[in-house]
Amino acid sequence: MATTSRWRELTRHHLFWPVAVLVALLLVNVPFTPDFFSIRMTDGHLYGSLVSIVLFGSPLILVAVGMTLVIATGGIDLSVGAVVAITGALTCSYISDQADQNALSAVFLAMGIGLVAAVVCGLWNGFLVARMGIQPIIATLIIMVAGRGVAQLISDGQIITINSEPYKLIGGGYWLTLPFSIFVVAAVVAVTVALTRKTALGLLVESVGGNAEASRLVGIRSRRIKIMVYVFCALCAGIAGLMISSNTSAADGNNAGLWIELDAILAVVIGGTSLLGGRFSIGGTVVGALVIQTLTTTIYTIGVPTQTNLVFKAVVVIVVCLLQSPKFRAKVFGARSGSKPGATGGGTPSATPAKTATTPAEAAPKMEVS
Amino acid sequence: MTATTKTPTAQDSRTTSTSTPVSTAARLLGDRRLPVLVTAALFLAMYIGGLSRYQNYGFGEPQVFLNLFIDNGYLVVAAVGATFVILSGGIDLSVGSVIGFTTMFTAWLVERQGLPILLVIPIALGVGAFGGFLMGYVIHNFEIQPFIVTLAGLFLFRGLCLVISKESIAIGDSTVSSLAQAQASLGFGFLSIGAIIALVVLATAFFVLHYSRFGRRVYAIGGNEQSAMLMGLPQGGTKIAVYTVSGFCSALAGLLFTLYIQSGDPLHATGMELEAIAAVVIGGTLLTGGSGYVLGTLFGVLVLGLIKSIIQFEGTLSSWWTKIATGVLLCAFILIQRAMTARRQT
Repeated sequence: MATTSRWRELTRHHLFWPVAVLVALLLVNVPFTPDFFSIRMTDGHLYGSLVSIVLFGSPLILVAVGMTLVIATGGIDLSVGAVVAITGALTCSYISDQADQNALSAVFLAMGIGLVAAVVCGLWNGFLVARMGIQPIIATLIIMVAGRGVAQLISDGQIITINSEPYKLIGGGYWLTLPFSIFVVAAVVAVTVALTRKTALGLLVESVGGNAEASRLVGIRSRRIKIMVYVFCALCAGIAGLMISSNTSAADGNNAGLWIELDAILAVVIGGTSLLGGRFSIGGTVVGALVIQTLTTTIYTIGVPTQTNLVFKAVVVIVVCLLQSPKFRAKVFGARSGSKPGATGGGTPSATPAKTATTPAEAAPKMEVS
Repeated sequence: MTATTKTPTAQDSRTTSTSTPVSTAARLLGDRRLPVLVTAALFLAMYIGGLSRYQNYGFGEPQVFLNLFIDNGYLVVAAVGATFVILSGGIDLSVGSVIGFTTMFTAWLVERQGLPILLVIPIALGVGAFGGFLMGYVIHNFEIQPFIVTLAGLFLFRGLCLVISKESIAIGDSTVSSLAQAQASLGFGFLSIGAIIALVVLATAFFVLHYSRFGRRVYAIGGNEQSAMLMGLPQGGTKIAVYTVSGFCSALAGLLFTLYIQSGDPLHATGMELEAIAAVVIGGTLLTGGSGYVLGTLFGVLVLGLIKSIIQFEGTLSSWWTKIATGVLLCAFILIQRAMTARRQT
């Protein structure tokens, strides 16, 4: 009796299903690559499938963490892919103009320029959403469409290749035997978790996502929080842009970060954060991003042609969304689970009982009153 | 719902606005036709600007104008489908992928399987419409956001493209090339079959949206889904039908694109959904649904097409300026829409 209740408690935890999917995906690899879980030391660096999953998944984790907070306020940010491209293009074009590409000060300045551009994009998105009251999906569509043009404008339509050792470190270098990008990701995640869960900030974000107007009335500066969240998301995308361009030592305005916004949204959804806003789980998002990266790796190792990657992803999106849909669960699993529509992410401390009453279809595309 | 949008009206309203600025400006902003008028005026202004700048290079030829329809026929069809979805308050992100998939599927059936194109056309249209139907079914029955369901559609169809073949398939079929080269002479120029089909689709959509019961339901659901439901409108059926229409239009756009480019490629039409959405928005349809005109969408496509031809005529400007110009226009029209809805709410 005690074990069943503990089991039930475990399965109710908001991280249970994402982690279960991740573990299952990892285990699928074992019959195909028996040494999948082994990590070996070569040249003072750790190598292994697990390390490379985290390494290649780093940009996605960063973007997805930023996206989580935006989605928690009931928004969405489609412009992250373009921001990735802009940041990479600016940074690389600055570095490539330098006589000494290895000069530390120049590299730091270049990174600073790239990140400032990202912040400006975030401010613009936040301004449109919070001040002008434009639907987030539309407001961020502008930079999504124009941003790649801007990135190509910066790089003059070329793929800028650079040769800078210090810059290479961020996305392709090693530190303390591990890929350096893992430390960057860990730092960003740690700071985000600390800010949102150790301070009231997370609660404020969730309250704005639950009901922006009500939050404003109780004295939360909901507009300021929204702007902040878009800036944070763009900053994360900017860091991811640095990482991607550093890893390839090149900036490609057309293809850098292509479709990363969709992958990031997918990671957030897999992680159990509702697209309606009002509650979020950073841990879930990180697991979600790892699930996507593991899925990609698994498709490679199993020997399925890589082009089916997208089909698999589509199936995963559908399955995850169906499982999150209260109506689907009610139809398939009977009325028991249908009676608790908000149970998916029940572990997070949030106060959004009203949210479950509105249907997703109606709540999503409507412009909010501001 | 008279949606006739003529440019003279645009000029009239601009001249009157000088006499009593405040009240006229307020009345103008409240006018639902304003975005369409602005788009039409913008198109006219751009065209006149092009005329004065590139007259010596043949910009004034009637054929240059007709080429806008020939080169953007597929986009007109795709954007008409997107108009249905956006009017109903939804969004369809799978447009570009379905177009790409249709080019690939058609090329594969014609070239690799040896099916006659006249048999392939209904199959491709059926597949597109069925894809749209499935997405609509999931959106309605399981109450998942259109955004995420059509995102899955985007992945699925793009993936299926790549499953068919990683490389592009050129179409050498004689029927296809004769279809592609067929021209309808208008006396002062010619139109391709694709352009004519696009105009027929537009006329049909105009009739359906503005003069049929189904069209009124689309507007009602987009305007206020709750009220539409309380009124007893068949909300589910309409929603599913809207996505089916969008899937069908995307597949038709894919066929026109195949004719236009005479090959199938897994990367054809990447990001076309954004162009279609941008055309709809620039054409003045409210992204929240319930308000807009399908003729505006035509003007949206024409404005986008004109940007491309002006950049071609300019010669020194690079193609990425298209994206930036599209983004700037998108931004301007979103702000106009916002100003309008703000007025209506107060």
